[in-house]
Amino acid sequence: MPQTLLQKVWRAHTVRTLPNGQTQLFIGLHLVHEVTSPQAFDMLRARGWGVRRPDRTFATVDHIVPTKDQRRPFLDVMAEDMMSALERNCRDYGIPMADLSSGRQGIVHVIGPELGLTQPGMTIACGDSHTSTHGAFGAIAFGIGTSQVRDVLASQSLAMSPLKVRRISVAGTLGRGVYAKDVILDIIRRLGVQGGVGFAYEYGGAVVERMTQDERMTICNMSIEGGARAGYVNPDETTFRYLEGRPFSPRGDAFERAVRWWASMASDPGAAYDDEVTLDGAAIRPTVTFGINPGQALAVDERIPSPADVPSTERSLLAEALDFMGLASGAPIAGTPVDVAFIGSCTNARLSDLREAARIVSGRHVAPRVRALVVPGSQAVRQAAEREGLDRLFREAGFEWRGAGCSMCLAMNTDRLDGREVCASSSNRNFKGRQGSPTGRTLLMSPAMVAAAAIAGEVVDVRTML
Amino acid sequence: MSVIDRVSGTALPLRGDSIDTDRIMPARFLRAITFSGLEAHLFEDDRHEADARASAGGRPHPFSDPAYASATVLLVNANFGCGSSREHAPQALHRRGIRAVVGESFSEIFFSNSVALGLPCVTVSRDAVGALMTLVEQNPSASVDVSLTEMRVTTGGTGYPLTLAGSARESFLTGHWDATGLLLREPDAIARVANALPYVTGF
Repeated sequence: MPQTLLQKVWRAHTVRTLPNGQTQLFIGLHLVHEVTSPQAFDMLRARGWGVRRPDRTFATVDHIVPTKDQRRPFLDVMAEDMMSALERNCRDYGIPMADLSSGRQGIVHVIGPELGLTQPGMTIACGDSHTSTHGAFGAIAFGIGTSQVRDVLASQSLAMSPLKVRRISVAGTLGRGVYAKDVILDIIRRLGVQGGVGFAYEYGGAVVERMTQDERMTICNMSIEGGARAGYVNPDETTFRYLEGRPFSPRGDAFERAVRWWASMASDPGAAYDDEVTLDGAAIRPTVTFGINPGQALAVDERIPSPADVPSTERSLLAEALDFMGLASGAPIAGTPVDVAFIGSCTNARLSDLREAARIVSGRHVAPRVRALVVPGSQAVRQAAEREGLDRLFREAGFEWRGAGCSMCLAMNTDRLDGREVCASSSNRNFKGRQGSPTGRTLLMSPAMVAAAAIAGEVVDVRTML
Repeated sequence: MSVIDRVSGTALPLRGDSIDTDRIMPARFLRAITFSGLEAHLFEDDRHEADARASAGGRPHPFSDPAYASATVLLVNANFGCGSSREHAPQALHRRGIRAVVGESFSEIFFSNSVALGLPCVTVSRDAVGALMTLVEQNPSASVDVSLTEMRVTTGGTGYPLTLAGSARESFLTGHWDATGLLLREPDAIARVANALPYVTGF
């Protein structure tokens, strides 16, 4: 019987059925960072347990790490404490770690793929909801909480309930100036922020098949914003070419054998899905959020809706969003002034994202009152961008050029909004207070759209600047 | 590990769909290597916003309202706990004394994190949540009973059927909601699966 990738991966990783009916699922790769792990290591110590497979575990620092001055000890005492705790835990338990001196540090969801740790057919877990990113390689990747981090450290497995699969096909081709970010914002807008609860999203169709791995990561990354705990793309030649020669990829004959196994894990033709949705890629336009969850989004040439335009169940949330954002029903979203422009995060801080943004800023300058920063997703992205001279383009245009980390996506370090500032952001969440100021406001969009907004000082259709 | 079959007590109504974990526990309070003291910062930014309005005659945030200070049941609407996987959110609720959450629906990661803490998140209809919220807004001392054996939420003489995934219910009723012990029980089975995976053995 034809199977989906999810079914094949699930079967290959099933240890046993637990007494409560859940599956004990072996986890092939456990990624660890400084913010959701210290309590888990403490629980291990308290119970006298070890780490079962340090060789299937890999750590880095991203959430709290400063992106401006990274000399140790950090000026931020708490960041120094959390960093030291992770270093101690990795040393005590023999866990490999990409620290700041490694040249390999970065946002955990950027470095996993970059190092070739992330591979098709794997199960991956990490104490971060954007772990779904790794699904771009045909892995089944779950975000988990700290107690489950403890479970994986101790047993290299998780108690999981089965997921249904929704196939989302994006047909046709994307227009000029329309990016992977617009595709996923459009999907979430249409299916809702809770539409994916109980599902893994399988993305396919001509648009996704033509996408690079970087673009597929952007799509899978925001599965969680659509309510889906996991999202994936079937592995193909694009995936295999990406992985060839990466530090942790198999080499030589082993790589050829790996490709055969990876290809065998893709969903079979004729596999049955629990639900199927098809979107027309040509109809997707540059998309911007206007509210306080990622589903509250518009094409850049649309007007802000009024509570009367939406279903009754969404009305109060829309009213709350307009009140918080200070936006008026009926006004165009284009032309909304921005104070800050942030290009970064696990959604959109890879080299290809920086290239697209740099094309827009090249030869232009950030608007006078706009504070603009670029935070590369990893040290490797930063180095590669510098080799291409992108840092110079950004600096000359008036952007700050930072070290790698999560930065202003969640504002655990000093990169944050002030007061009611409005931020054009390439990140993934526009929740109230997300970017560090309780009253700060976030407009999510593609990195190219952020670059355009930085230059114009307001939300603008990037297609007019290409 | 203790069996969790029922939670009884007063209830706190928290209206709103898609309340995310950034609102429950803003990221700046994740800057710590333990969970202790988190409960002081539950909904900190939402509370300040609501409390500022309250001084102008509005209602205080329910988590600031002394009438709900000893509540053990939290009433919520749809998609509660969406967003970040931070366990700090359910940890803080639990440390504040919340022992069950009754709502229309929950994000999956929040739900799993809560199971692991022994905090049942049970689902009832939108109408039932609405009725329960209205009741406790009018009478904060009303007792609400969440029974995982009878699968009902009851207050006064009125009962509402609840749903809870069979596996989670089983975990609470048998006291095995902390999964690690079970996951460690058959190490040979874990090793067998690992050794059959080509990427573990090196292709």
